[in-house]
Amino acid sequence: MLYRESGQFKTTYAADQAILPIKQDLYFVILAILIAVAIPFFVSNYVIQALLLPFLIYSLAAIGLNILVGYCGQISLGTGGFMAVGAFAAWNLMARIPDMPPLVAFILAGLIAAGAGILFGLPALRIKGFYLAVTTLAAQFFLIWLLQRPWFVGYSPTGVISAQTIEILGWRVDTPVDRYLFALAVLIVMALVAKNLVRSATGRKWMAIRDMDVAAEIIGIRPMITKLKAFAVSSFFVGIAGVLWAYLYLGQLEAEAFDIYTSFDVLFMVIIGGLGSILGSFLGAAFVVIVPILLNVIPGALGLPLGTAMISYIEIFIFGSLIIFFLIVEPHGLARLWSIAKQKLRLWPFPY
Amino acid sequence: MAAQPEPKPGHRQAGEILLKVENVDLAFGGVRALREVSFEVRRQQIFAIIGPNGAGKSSMLNCINGFYHPNSGTIAYKGAPRKRMRPYQAATQGIARTFQNIALFKGMSTLDNIMTGRHLKAKATLLENAIWFGRAQREEMEHRKFCEGIIDFLEIQQHRKTPVGTLPYGLQKRVELGRALAAEPELLLLDEPMAGMNLEEKQDMARFILDVNDEFGMTICLIEHDMAVVMDLSDHIVVLDHGEKIGEGSPEEVSSNPRVIEAYLGTSEEEGA
Repeated sequence: MLYRESGQFKTTYAADQAILPIKQDLYFVILAILIAVAIPFFVSNYVIQALLLPFLIYSLAAIGLNILVGYCGQISLGTGGFMAVGAFAAWNLMARIPDMPPLVAFILAGLIAAGAGILFGLPALRIKGFYLAVTTLAAQFFLIWLLQRPWFVGYSPTGVISAQTIEILGWRVDTPVDRYLFALAVLIVMALVAKNLVRSATGRKWMAIRDMDVAAEIIGIRPMITKLKAFAVSSFFVGIAGVLWAYLYLGQLEAEAFDIYTSFDVLFMVIIGGLGSILGSFLGAAFVVIVPILLNVIPGALGLPLGTAMISYIEIFIFGSLIIFFLIVEPHGLARLWSIAKQKLRLWPFPY
Repeated sequence: MAAQPEPKPGHRQAGEILLKVENVDLAFGGVRALREVSFEVRRQQIFAIIGPNGAGKSSMLNCINGFYHPNSGTIAYKGAPRKRMRPYQAATQGIARTFQNIALFKGMSTLDNIMTGRHLKAKATLLENAIWFGRAQREEMEHRKFCEGIIDFLEIQQHRKTPVGTLPYGLQKRVELGRALAAEPELLLLDEPMAGMNLEEKQDMARFILDVNDEFGMTICLIEHDMAVVMDLSDHIVVLDHGEKIGEGSPEEVSSNPRVIEAYLGTSEEEGA
């Protein structure tokens, strides 16, 4: 009843090509952003730290990986490695160049991660699918090994370095609320950029390569440049996510924090959320961040006397089953479920 | 819709040579797919390549397209002999094509497929697209307008936002034609545009091909098995058999050529081979 687009006529192509052509969607997004801005003032610091901040940062990483996997069809298992490149690049830029503004350092760090992405994306010009997955896996292990060399960690004996404080125009990003709002601002801007890219000619070229690379080349799309652009943009997003992870969530830098499990987690988010959907990246991140916590809380709430070890096994078990379930039931992920629901809502309650 | 001109043979004897194929030889290992094939495609022509299965028609198209590289012989496009090239370079030179088996981007909508076909006209850079400002936005609207023209022309308005994977076969063929047209090519290669269609769909497609040729002045080079269609549409026909050119000329000339009749109907000798 509420979700009805009848009567909303588009008179210009610009209106029809808008990101949210349906008014209800626009209202929904505005409401979501308002809630997102207000929520840190109503919840405890623990919730911000353990739930909201990881959700925001993982969403950003998932958007990045989705550009590569979901839109351009190039598989990558090196997400953790590229996140680490971003984080360590930011630290080294700020530590080695005096008076480096944090924001500039972060953007440069993203660009350095993009460069690493291009470098390790080069094999994609020759190989596809599983074989590409293996080379990006190599990138993951190589980058983590590289970033443990003493030069990158400022000769810290433990290999762990603490992140510099972020200060932007006098605003010290320090308390959990500050950090949350900073991450949120970055995420909103970058999500908008991602959406713009995928609805533009750039995004169509990526999707063309994904759907049928031979036909794409026939209509004049250069596979090499298109794929490398996807690797660069994806790694830029992922690199920025790495910066945020280190500076806002952990407060310290350690290459081990970006291990292969990070890569898997982000890949799960993209698959569960929906390949080729920006919204799906958010849904997938929410799923992967929230479900383990729920699974952790539910046995206690039900009064089941389970040991912590048992709970964590059950958590892994149920989580794995859910992934399999989703892949079988809805290979296009939560985003598809969402759009099916919207489709149904358009006609509800009339049974056409 | 504009009145359909009777496709009189030779009524469009126009145009200089757009594509010149000379002594092209193509071999895959021991199999010679093309032997010393030569022909000329003139501007504004509807040019057909016919022949039995395995005659080398698609191989010829793939050579023109830059997919295959002839072992010997030259292909000159707009007078310039071509060096070794990649298919995307053919597209930038103004050659578009459709495929025998539909090669659409299945995950995208009809509109997006056609818009993708127009990407060569888009000049906005990655950064401009990212912030959706200035040139990026302006171009998007211009291209949308052009592509809407194609959608109107092909009569697929109601399928604009439908994912192409869900469209019926005949419409997918139409969308593929639309994607090729979006590039505003000078030479349009159609690989069996009517394969697997019923009579009505064939008539529609024939109408579109004639209109493309008439209204946009595009040169068309097509491969087709349906003889009635080829004879009605084409200005000029080349007949291939076993990689060899066995006949060439107007539809009348070709249909009365004894070698062509032999290749199509076969003789007892041919059947044994």
